[in-house]
Amino acid sequence: MKYMLLIYHDEPSWAALSEAERQQVYVEFRKLRADLLTSGQFVTGSQLQPISTATTVRVRDGKELVTDGPFAETHEQLGGYFLIEAKNLDEATAIAARIPSARTGSIEVRPLVETVAEATA
Amino acid sequence: MSQARETLEKVFREEYGRIIATLIRISGSFDLAEEALQEAFTSAASKWEREGTPDSPGAWLTTVAHRKVIDAIRRDNIRTDKQAEIAFELSRLQPYAETELLEYPDDRLRLIFTCCHPSLVREAQVALTLRTLGGLTTTEIAHAFLVPEATLAQRLVRAKQKIRLAGIPYEVPSLEVIGERLAAVRAVLYLIFNEGYAASAGQSLIRSDLCAEAIRLGRVLCELLPNEPENMGLLALMLLQDSRRDARVNDQGELVTLEEQDRSRWDAAEIAEGVRLVQAALSLRRVGSYQLQAAIAAVHAEAKHADETDWRQIVALYGELMRVTSSPVVALNYAAAVAMSEGPERGLDMLEAAGAGGALENYYLFHASRADLLRRLGRLAEAADSYTTALPLTTNQVEMNYIQRRLNELNRRRKDDNFE
Repeated sequence: MKYMLLIYHDEPSWAALSEAERQQVYVEFRKLRADLLTSGQFVTGSQLQPISTATTVRVRDGKELVTDGPFAETHEQLGGYFLIEAKNLDEATAIAARIPSARTGSIEVRPLVETVAEATA
Repeated sequence: MSQARETLEKVFREEYGRIIATLIRISGSFDLAEEALQEAFTSAASKWEREGTPDSPGAWLTTVAHRKVIDAIRRDNIRTDKQAEIAFELSRLQPYAETELLEYPDDRLRLIFTCCHPSLVREAQVALTLRTLGGLTTTEIAHAFLVPEATLAQRLVRAKQKIRLAGIPYEVPSLEVIGERLAAVRAVLYLIFNEGYAASAGQSLIRSDLCAEAIRLGRVLCELLPNEPENMGLLALMLLQDSRRDARVNDQGELVTLEEQDRSRWDAAEIAEGVRLVQAALSLRRVGSYQLQAAIAAVHAEAKHADETDWRQIVALYGELMRVTSSPVVALNYAAAVAMSEGPERGLDMLEAAGAGGALENYYLFHASRADLLRRLGRLAEAADSYTTALPLTTNQVEMNYIQRRLNELNRRRKDDNFE
């Protein structure tokens, strides 16, 4: 199964880290990515630019509405994601627990909807 | 009742969890397994009535249900790798007697862990455990928990859907996580027991069918994972509490405190089994909170009269329990034990300390215990205040009556005092 691991963290505290501390976290991220590549579980993944760069698009009555920022303010912001291949939820959550941000923020684990072709193949 | 019908009901109670666990493994679907087993029971009802009950009713049902699962999968023309698996299962299916082979010893264990998976909310874990492992109907579970049947049915549908869509595994967890997963399983069973023992709402204090079911599932857990001391501790605790069931409520349906209970009405067989279990568990030397609570219950059980209770030992056990799991509720019970062992004054001090954080403010037993101690200290006005605070904090009619009774007694005594 494919799972999306959505990484939520508190942006201000991330920004408050020293450069050395941040590099340390990046090292961990790269290590995890390398491990998942080796085990064949990595599909894709990336860090996201901060929420200040976000734009929201809505189409209402055929009219496109483009606004600044996200819709609602929450305590934690989406800061990145991994798309992984895992045997089941336990395997997926075990990988999620290895994401450095799990220690300070939280990881939302969401299974992808399997396409009809895949489900009946 | 006809013999066929009787056998069928017995098999249903005893074998449902076992058979469904196997069917879920084979079909990979809770719904398919449930449907197939339901159909098998329906076939059995008419066939056994006509032709007599088979030698091994459980095996008969498994085989028939298994075939129905395979038919259903064929009809649905599910993926090829599944079909290979089915072909494998089919090859093992031939004569009835061989159905024992169908059952992997850990099928029910997988089922327990899946039902109690941490990604399901507690209510869903409970409902799913009772429905699949316990074989209770949706109606029965809804009645036991006083929720509308539609709500419960919806809860089950959502839980099964999550298992399927989120890929909650049907397997015994890895060694790294099995400890905490087991703790969740025990929590679910104990919650079922407690809901039966101290029904949180409603007219009667005890719903014994839930207690019996929790005990039965506790036995299954001990049987599947032998020599796991906390599992034994949980079963012992449930048995020892259940042994007092008949004495806990009098003929008027009023709550009777441990102190005032007629101990001849305690169930001696359950006590004997509980005591034996807790001793066996403690001898494994991996102490835990269920074992300690069971040990405390065992000390109570061994006193023929309330005044023969070994309170010093109970206090020591509570001290140990505080070390393992200190919670405000444990601190409250610790204080109550100290009050018995060292007097109400010392107990009240500890009780106030336990409640100092405010965590017990909405807990009826905190105020009721405080009131009891104040009453024993002769501080009647304060006692009455505490009972009054306790009253609206419980929704159980029997508990409300108990408090009201105490309150009435107090008011009578205070009136008498005033006239002196």
